[in-house]
Amino acid sequence: MERQENYIVEIENLTVAYDRKPALWDINLKIPKGQVMAIIGPNGAGKTTLIKAMLGLIKPVTGTVRYFEGNVDIHTLKGKIGYVPQTESVDWDFPTTVQDVVLMGCYGKLGWFRRPRKSDIELVKQMLQKVGMQEYASRQISQLSGRQQQRVFLARALAQEAEIYFMDEPFKGVDAHTERAIVALLKELKKHGKTVVVVHHDLHTVLDYFDWVTLINMRVIASGPVKEVFNEENLKKTYHNSDILLRSLM
Amino acid sequence: MGNMIELFSNYTFQIVALGSALLGLISGVIGCFSVLRKQSLLGDGVSHSALPGVVMAFIILGSKKTEVLLLGALVSGLLSTLLIVVIVRYTRVKFDSALALVMSAFFGLGLALLTYVQKIPNSNQAGLNRFIFGQASTLLQRDIAFMMVCGVTMLAIILLLWKEFKLFTFDMEFAQIIGFPSKGLNLLLSFLTVLVIILGLQTVGAILMSAMLISPAVAARQWTNKLWVMVILSAVFGAVSGVAGTFASSMIPKLPTGPAIVVCANLIVSISLLFAPSRGLLFRVYQRKRIINKIEGDGRDVPTS
Repeated sequence: MERQENYIVEIENLTVAYDRKPALWDINLKIPKGQVMAIIGPNGAGKTTLIKAMLGLIKPVTGTVRYFEGNVDIHTLKGKIGYVPQTESVDWDFPTTVQDVVLMGCYGKLGWFRRPRKSDIELVKQMLQKVGMQEYASRQISQLSGRQQQRVFLARALAQEAEIYFMDEPFKGVDAHTERAIVALLKELKKHGKTVVVVHHDLHTVLDYFDWVTLINMRVIASGPVKEVFNEENLKKTYHNSDILLRSLM
Repeated sequence: MGNMIELFSNYTFQIVALGSALLGLISGVIGCFSVLRKQSLLGDGVSHSALPGVVMAFIILGSKKTEVLLLGALVSGLLSTLLIVVIVRYTRVKFDSALALVMSAFFGLGLALLTYVQKIPNSNQAGLNRFIFGQASTLLQRDIAFMMVCGVTMLAIILLLWKEFKLFTFDMEFAQIIGFPSKGLNLLLSFLTVLVIILGLQTVGAILMSAMLISPAVAARQWTNKLWVMVILSAVFGAVSGVAGTFASSMIPKLPTGPAIVVCANLIVSISLLFAPSRGLLFRVYQRKRIINKIEGDGRDVPTS
């Protein structure tokens, strides 16, 4: 069956190693434009590493990551890539406010030296509204709970007004209410033609939340539409039969 | 009292106080970024490692000029940083151990060279010892001019790249992704830090210089939750410590300036750690008590103890 797809990211023969230990081995992967894709796999499978390699944060041993059909250099794309890191990746005791953090999403568009303008502040306010944090704009970030931190990072990514979004476990440690809010956001991004790549942990929700799924465990086990590749066989290959998670799922 | 007035109108005192204030101001500003990036210890490493550079510059070039000696300090300071990076990268030694190793090795070498230099004729006037504890009284007018130029340049860089430095300090990876290369920003910030340390060697000395970076910033953090307020407060704390320390060392014979300045800075730190609202120790104890009282005393104010 030949599929006609428009791919926004193409990864070829990507190998990444930490301290000579391979973390990702010969990854070949295409991410379709305008879809919401999950990356799933057991702990230590290299999910975060894969995202970071795609973002150019980690230098691969070999391989290439191509964006928008052919544009290899990630640095020319800075305005088009949105990122939601894991909340633990920063120090929340940093002396700044919620609004300031979200404003950082506008820095890329501003470029060097230029200060944020009124229109940027307006955009930030809108984005805070979208994640339900408008009342917290002037709040010191050290006072936020885990799920509020997650919402702030989402708002910051939205303020980037990017084409493709990478989110590293946005559902980690959030309550059901926040989870629903994030899912609604994913749907809205898709509606606007954006591509979203999400590192995901909860196998139960893959079918509901995502169009596309990539299963990895150092190598790519399978990648495709959820309905086609999210099956028992591939999951067994990814989680090596051992996972209790699987039994509860099947 | 008459003594004091005389001191304040003394030209040498004015020069020295101005120099110390300037140094405190610049290191206060730069130090905020070191503290927020959790790189306080690196400053300590660099300042200790600068000592052999000073002595080597004197041995090789035979010059007593401050600029030449400080250039030597800059070279050995940068060399030590490079060495730390190489050790961490290519061996299994961790950062803290690498730092301690390099720093003590360099400082030890510096002290050894210093004893060796004492035996060279014409060396006792070079006054190299002043780089250990600092002797602000040796500051000359042109040293101040040099500091002023460096200081203004550095502050201009910070102002110009304010948004970039703030972003980089908070979230390095995000900065990288949206087009502000973290390698470049890291290099620039580290270079500014090394430069401040070198500038301070003559005034505060190799052993204590890192305190000038860290103390004002730590104290300032206690009083505010805004980065720009923290930076300004830190600059003020640094400058005040500089003047107060110089004053103390002028009043008390044989008291070296460096330790005097650092003691003043840490007095401010102690006050800030104890008394600052919301982050201070006393406030937190008080708040804890209040919560406990609320839980136990159904809203009534329960007298303590």
